Amino acid sequence: MSRLAVRKTYKLFIGGKFPRSESGRSYLVQDSNVALASRKDVRDAVVAARAAVKGWSGTTAYNRGQILYRVAEMLEGRRDQFVGLGEAPADVDAAIDRWVWYAGWSDKIAQVYGNANPVAGPYFNLSSPEPTGVVGMVAPPESALLGLVGVVAPAIVTGNTVVVLAAEGRPLPAVTLAEVLATSDLPGGVVNVLTGKVAETAPWLAAHMDVNALDLTGVADRELARSLEEAAADNLKRVVRPPATPVDWTADPGIARMTSFLETKTVWHPKGV
Amino acid sequence: MFEYAPAPESRSIVDIKPAYGLFVNGEWVDGEVRNKTVNPATEEVLAEVTWATESEVDTAVRAARAAYENVWSRMPGRERAKYLFRIARIIQERARELAVLESLDNGKPIRESRDVDVPLVAAHFFYYAGWADKLGYAGFGPDPRPIGVAGQVIPWNFPLLMLAWKIAPALACGNTVVLKPAETTPLTALVFAEICQEADLPPGVVNIVTGAGETGHALVSHPDVNKVAFTGSTEVGRAIAKSVAGTRKKVTLELGGKAANIVFDDAPIDQAVEGIVNGIFFNQGHVCCAGSRLLVQESVYDEVLAGLKRRMALLRVGDPLDKNTDIGAINSAAQLERIRTLSDIGAEEGAARWSPPCELPDRGFWFAPTIFTGVTQAHRIAREEIFGPVLSVLTFRTPAEAVEKANNTPYGLSAGVWTDKGSRILWTADRLRAGVVWANTFNKFDPASPFGGYKESGYGREGGRHGLEAYLDV
Repeated sequence: MSRLAVRKTYKLFIGGKFPRSESGRSYLVQDSNVALASRKDVRDAVVAARAAVKGWSGTTAYNRGQILYRVAEMLEGRRDQFVGLGEAPADVDAAIDRWVWYAGWSDKIAQVYGNANPVAGPYFNLSSPEPTGVVGMVAPPESALLGLVGVVAPAIVTGNTVVVLAAEGRPLPAVTLAEVLATSDLPGGVVNVLTGKVAETAPWLAAHMDVNALDLTGVADRELARSLEEAAADNLKRVVRPPATPVDWTADPGIARMTSFLETKTVWHPKGV
Repeated sequence: MFEYAPAPESRSIVDIKPAYGLFVNGEWVDGEVRNKTVNPATEEVLAEVTWATESEVDTAVRAARAAYENVWSRMPGRERAKYLFRIARIIQERARELAVLESLDNGKPIRESRDVDVPLVAAHFFYYAGWADKLGYAGFGPDPRPIGVAGQVIPWNFPLLMLAWKIAPALACGNTVVLKPAETTPLTALVFAEICQEADLPPGVVNIVTGAGETGHALVSHPDVNKVAFTGSTEVGRAIAKSVAGTRKKVTLELGGKAANIVFDDAPIDQAVEGIVNGIFFNQGHVCCAGSRLLVQESVYDEVLAGLKRRMALLRVGDPLDKNTDIGAINSAAQLERIRTLSDIGAEEGAARWSPPCELPDRGFWFAPTIFTGVTQAHRIAREEIFGPVLSVLTFRTPAEAVEKANNTPYGLSAGVWTDKGSRILWTADRLRAGVVWANTFNKFDPASPFGGYKESGYGREGGRHGLEAYLDV
């Protein structure tokens, strides 16, 4: 008699743990029951993301780079699992390489994006980038793994924390990526993954006053994107709008996705004896 | 205090016309709606100014579009640079005239308009002129492109300086602009339009439309504006952020602040007192990055307060054109009312109010330098931007408490730190959520140094290499 397989329950990823939706709801997608996140789940995820900001932004860039590289190592080991979920092998490879690419940026972005300023007076004057804080994101639906990595990695490598709404129609790669993150020494709360209906949860994320920035890359509905951007204005969130043309997730991403969630701090001090 | 002889700067150097039109496509055009701009120190009417209507704004945007498509975006950077250098030189040559006019229209002391505003204006054009043909080296890719037509709305606190912060980088990057100065301080922007003519700047590259809120709204919501730049209140900034939702317009916002100025017990007290005074009383406190919340370590509270009161008693309030004046006029009756209201609320909520004895002129809009002690974080004067010469004093015991209190605000524009200990400066600066941190100094500005806020103080930077990003398609 053949062995009966153990099926997996796909849950949310909040604060480093895998809870079910507090609403007790799930939806059937990709032949699985997946948690249908609620407004309360969004708020729990933001609380977890906020709590993680101090530790994660305070860790050294070297350490953050090591952890992102560890994510690549873990993802490489689970490569076949993502292929089994229907992700193209080339996309899985690109996603692994993307973590490696961003890992290397952790201790370089401040050198590339910050600089000394030659002011006309006897002052030390230095501008350096700092993370914006908590970033709410809607993951791109067209590329469930590579697209997700393409938006999450550049936000966290600089010290931000993230609440990401997974692609509604293909959430399994996102939940599985959460398992990778949970085993990569990434502190709990740095990345929080919610599955469910974007149109239901995104407005709560966009209007949340403890979210500092909003990445709408994955919002295809223009009217929804407009209303989310409007809601974001209440506390002047930094907003990345949906792209005008489809994104090629395999191309060199450049630094714009990192700099969109960076603030520039300029410190002055007099020189003298 | 010994008496000073009056040392008024002559106003004969300025030639204010009785009425001004709009500056569109290189020419002056008469407008439909007229309003008066007054000298806030005397309430004397200085000139009649046009308030541009929606259709007049549309004409200006069209002129900017045509100049962008046909001339400015095609011109090599080295040629754009020379126009900007030319403008910088003319500003230097007309510096005294601009300084007097600024003080007349705004109410700020001539010492500040002469020594701070106007020199920084010229420096800003010089700085960005040099970038115009070097944009490929700025770190935004090998061939960064301009955005198009910029709609720019500026406040009344540093009228010409804010114009420079907006126009210099926009033009250097190859954009054309339509700029709206504040309704109470339009005059130096109108003289700047003359300077553009004098520099033979191609028509339509710079357009100046005067007016109030409706004119600004027409400008930022115009469908053919590609870039919106606004400096002003957080309330209006929020409305602009909402109005551009769903568009492709690039936006930068420089909004309000409630900066903490932290004085540790090992700070050089005399220097700190100078910094506190400069931080809150510079420009009558009409400064978004003003150090309006003083956080003093308990152990030096008495000493700092005594020094501060002693120093405040020496501040001379009065005629903005007198070269001895430290504090000029409040810019408008409306702003004076707001300062009075919030100050009264501060007293009602239980904070102790103190001002040095000082005689205020009978006419004009005036407010004596004021401090509130016994202020808690819950008080409205500790939370809301007063935008006047009013300082709230709070205390702290530990560095961690200082940082906690400093960051306890939705704003994040600037902050000050006073201590003799280098490691403490850097520790504190790292933890302050603010775009500019002045350590053992305050209110320093330079075209090479980026300026702008965290959180609800807005987004984007003005000044420095970072300031180019706001005007490039990156």
